[in-house]
Amino acid sequence: MKGAWRVWQRNWTVYRQTWRISFVPPLLEPLFYLLAFGIGLSALIGEITYRGVGISYIAFIAPALIAINIMQSAFFENTYASFVRMYYQKTFNAMLATPLSLEEVITGEIVWGATRSLIGTAIMMAVISAFGLIRYPEGLLLLPLALLGGLAFGAIAMLFTSIVPNIETFNLPIFLFITPMFLFSGTFFPIDALPPWAGSLAQFLPLTHLVRLARDLSYGQIGPEVFGSLAYLLLFTLVAYLLALRGMARRIIR
Amino acid sequence: MDEVIVAENLRKEYGTFRAVDGISFQVQRGECFGLLGPNGAGKTTTIRMLYGFTPKSAGSLSVLGLDLDTNLRTIKGRLGVCQQENTLDPDLTIEQNLEVFARYFDIPKGESRRRADELLAFIALDHRRHAKIPELSGGMMRRLMLARALINNPEIVILDEPTTGLDPQSRHQVWDRLEVLKNRGLSILLTTHYMDEAARLCDRLVIIDHGRILVEGEPRALIRRHVGDHLIEIVDPTDRLCTYIKNERLEHENLGYRMIVYAQEQGLYAKICSLGAQGCSLRQATLEDVFLRLTGRELRE
Ligand SMILES: Nc1ncnc2c1ncn2[C@@H]1O[C@H](COP(=O)(O)OP(=O)(O)OP(=O)(O)O)[C@@H](O)[C@H]1O
Ligand SMILES: [Mg+2]
Repeated sequence: MKGAWRVWQRNWTVYRQTWRISFVPPLLEPLFYLLAFGIGLSALIGEITYRGVGISYIAFIAPALIAINIMQSAFFENTYASFVRMYYQKTFNAMLATPLSLEEVITGEIVWGATRSLIGTAIMMAVISAFGLIRYPEGLLLLPLALLGGLAFGAIAMLFTSIVPNIETFNLPIFLFITPMFLFSGTFFPIDALPPWAGSLAQFLPLTHLVRLARDLSYGQIGPEVFGSLAYLLLFTLVAYLLALRGMARRIIR
Repeated sequence: MDEVIVAENLRKEYGTFRAVDGISFQVQRGECFGLLGPNGAGKTTTIRMLYGFTPKSAGSLSVLGLDLDTNLRTIKGRLGVCQQENTLDPDLTIEQNLEVFARYFDIPKGESRRRADELLAFIALDHRRHAKIPELSGGMMRRLMLARALINNPEIVILDEPTTGLDPQSRHQVWDRLEVLKNRGLSILLTTHYMDEAARLCDRLVIIDHGRILVEGEPRALIRRHVGDHLIEIVDPTDRLCTYIKNERLEHENLGYRMIVYAQEQGLYAKICSLGAQGCSLRQATLEDVFLRLTGRELRE
């Protein structure tokens, strides 16, 4: 699996040339959201009860913004960007004429997607910490969480990449999978506010667990509940990863 | 002799279609071996099986004395592959393309720098080292593909149409480079649609069609065996001439406005000229004549 690291390095080499542009969204996005939702809506909403404790709305959504960014960074990297490398640039084909194996190429791509999540989280943490919304040292655990969440969403993204006929088709998983999660995973309002059937459904969404973990780590309330969510994310990652490897083998090896 | 590639009864099926239908050949160390054939003959499919990209349906393959199925990674580390399609990395500069590729072979940084410099000089692109790939002309990209295939100091290079789309200057430059490589003892497997290229570079070659080998041999010997040293080409043959050729049962091909007579006798040329044809010429037979004679003149789909 050393080859996966070589693939990761290739993406890192490219990223270093454009990092200034890549830095901007995770820096500004939380600012916009915190201003619009946090400050604008806070006045209307006031406090929110989370796990029996009242917290400000802005403190409620800050960890969710991190979780959403983890999801989106890896998902976009391993859909659009990976698809461009695979389909248009034939980068995978070139790699496969070297000692690298297809498993290494795909693993390297997914770990790179997770790295994008990690970088985004680090930047967002800096911004959000400036508002005093993350408790340390527990908050530092958001970084490994970003990697895990990045792997989960990178792997599922890679699975989509292995089956879409063309790049436009990514609109479908984004509309049917990413957008509903963005709205209904306990991100901007607690899951309790959903009707019970929808609440149970939400328990199957990976973002629900990522948001929950991000909150627990940000607030420093780390209890045994975290293990359930961690286990779910790990399992989700593993299954998506294995399916992505299989899908890619089907797509590329002919 | 020392065989670097041994392919036996190689087959590739896509559904019920046989793209490669039982091909056997050997490549000797230090030789340039040609794989010729019309579009869709199965050249690229064969090459892809050689570096493990396409799994073979049947047959056996050994490269550098190792079985391909069990030693793929080792073998790939000692091969250089220049694919038919451009697979250069457009996100990277020329120099980075070579250095990043070197990493895939675990070549340390200092060493890959040195090799990249050397190869850029070798393909005369050292003055463009910081250019991005989309800024290059097609010929420059092809040359860079060749250089990239050499980054790991391979023992065999596999070149799938390395000169397609190049201008005569670049083509000759690539030939020179390939001859240098051959003199250094590198084994080369080459596909090309340019018969002059194959005749010049290849020690031995096979012509394949519909996934099968039609002939194998040295270019000169193939020409002698299948066409002869010379042939007579006639533009706008007269009826009298056609009748003569038919009556004499000369081996020929009638292309309507043009006729080719495969005949060796010295006197014949004078006779044919005297029978009144506008343009009539005696010329040396080429590999292209062999190719067309064996694979026919119809277009491939
Ligand atoms: N992935 C695939 N699925 C189905 N058929 C394929 C596939 N790849 C190649 N073929 C078919 O196999 C045959 C051989 O193709 P191949 O690319 O090996 O030809 P080639 O000799 O390299 O031709 P060219 O000179 O045009 O490059 C063709 O008929 C092609 O359509
Ligand atoms: Mg081909």
